[in-house]
Amino acid sequence: MNFLQPIGHVVLDFFATTGRLTLFAIDGVTHCFRPPFYGRMIVRQMVEIGYFSLPVVGLTAIFTGMVLALQSYTGFARFSAEAAIANVVVVAVTRELGPVLAGLMVAGRVGAAMAAEIGTMRVTEQIDALTTLSTNPMKYLVAPRLIAGVAMLPILVLIADIIGVLGGFLVASYKLGFNPTNYLQSTWNFMEVEDVVSGLVKAAVFGFIVTLMGCYHGYTSRGGAQGVGAATTNAVVTASILILCFDYILTEMFFAGK
Amino acid sequence: MSAPAAQAVKIRIRGLKKAFGRKVVLDGIDLDVGVGESLVVIGGSGTGKSVLIKCVLGILQPDSGSVQVDGEEVVEIDADGRERINDKFGMLFQGSALFDSLPVWENVAFGLLARKKVTRAQGREIALAKLAQVGLGPEVGQLSPSELSGGMQKRVALARAIAADPEIIFFDEPTTGLDPIMADVINDLIVKITREVGATALSITHDMASSRKIAHRIAMLYNGRIIWNGPPAAIDNSGNPFVDQFVHGRAEGPIKMAVRA
Ligand SMILES: Nc1ncnc2c1ncn2[C@@H]1O[C@H](COP(=O)(O)OP(=O)(O)OP(=O)(O)O)[C@@H](O)[C@H]1O
Ligand SMILES: [Mg+2]
Repeated sequence: MNFLQPIGHVVLDFFATTGRLTLFAIDGVTHCFRPPFYGRMIVRQMVEIGYFSLPVVGLTAIFTGMVLALQSYTGFARFSAEAAIANVVVVAVTRELGPVLAGLMVAGRVGAAMAAEIGTMRVTEQIDALTTLSTNPMKYLVAPRLIAGVAMLPILVLIADIIGVLGGFLVASYKLGFNPTNYLQSTWNFMEVEDVVSGLVKAAVFGFIVTLMGCYHGYTSRGGAQGVGAATTNAVVTASILILCFDYILTEMFFAGK
Repeated sequence: MSAPAAQAVKIRIRGLKKAFGRKVVLDGIDLDVGVGESLVVIGGSGTGKSVLIKCVLGILQPDSGSVQVDGEEVVEIDADGRERINDKFGMLFQGSALFDSLPVWENVAFGLLARKKVTRAQGREIALAKLAQVGLGPEVGQLSPSELSGGMQKRVALARAIAADPEIIFFDEPTTGLDPIMADVINDLIVKITREVGATALSITHDMASSRKIAHRIAMLYNGRIIWNGPPAAIDNSGNPFVDQFVHGRAEGPIKMAVRA
């Protein structure tokens, strides 16, 4: 049964990697709760993930909101289009597009940078050097990034929600000629706390996924510049796929009963 | 340099083996380093000198064998024990391994700051003093490691290794890449650290002049084993053809280099 062999390899590989990743995640999370804490590193990562991702996330959000308004205008019946567009924009942005697009953009920006930085530290023996200087690299490198990712992504997504809705508002009132006050009123009516909160919970999970993938692939990279390059690619690809997977799982958990 | 009188064992290595895949690098190393002793390991490129040190440090996991530090077995030690043992160590990496996200002075003070023994201001002061010991002025402290030459990086790494005054220091090729005068300054520094501070040192070098100067004892690694060890004075008439060839740097002899002309 020779043709089964490669399939077996792939399956075994998959489970081995999943196992290693799980152990790595548990180790990293444990270090988030055990002192010493590296406040300086946490703040640095928060600025890196939160502040410097603002432009890219903001631009993504505003165009998404704008295009949503435009698309749904062509799709809806003429009557009560105003309310329908406001509804579509606010629900789609807060529930889905805000967290997912912010997560994907941050995966590309931050996950890649983390994998490259930690990977370079691995292949130039800087991680080994940490252990000889009374510093646990999981605590010093990985834990601050996980903390910063889980803390900052919800904030980014909250901002993305606001900017996305604003984008829809701009198109609706200036291009499609709706009454701005009515549009805002409908937006307000259709906005559910539950939608926003579920989006923020998703964001926290995506923040964890992105930073975990960046750290894991960087930490386990080997073989010089080529290895670091591969780690960077893998970090972005796996983070993006996991974000989409978990988006489905979380949506099902939140809204299954409705 | 003559050996210190009392010879309690600081590091005891027995039957240490390490292979990468099918390639056997260490094949049963037996080696003792006494308290306050400066041992130099010599050997050809790729014979496993760096791997030997990394096995002692716990960076690499040996396949079998024992390593004892102050009588305590460290090969299978748990993470907390490893952290405690590593507090005794200082390590100069062959490739320097400086943290390129931190300025030079923070690199040097890193171990001190990590142990929370000093404030940042004190750490900085100590770092500048250590930098002065390796011939680097205070202006270097502000630079980033990527702004330094290779030899300067090596000296910063040396300053970092000795900054916390560790009991045991590993030097992986401390003088490689330095000019002859600076190499001798570093030799003197290593001698001073082992003689005055009483630290134990395990150094690796290809540089015979350096090893004669800093070693109480020289050990030669070949084919995964320690094939000879003795005081520097004895190395010129060791009676061992492998050692002879290495010391005199001859291409002809029992050690065959895998090259084709
Ligand atoms: N992480 C690793 N994975 C696979 N092989 C390794 C690894 N580290 C070292 N080796 C192999 O082990 C052998 C010994 O390497 P080591 O770095 O100890 O040499 P060395 O004696 O320090 O040489 P040099 O004097 O050139 O620094 C080499 O052949 C190298 O290919
Ligand atoms: Mg080496």
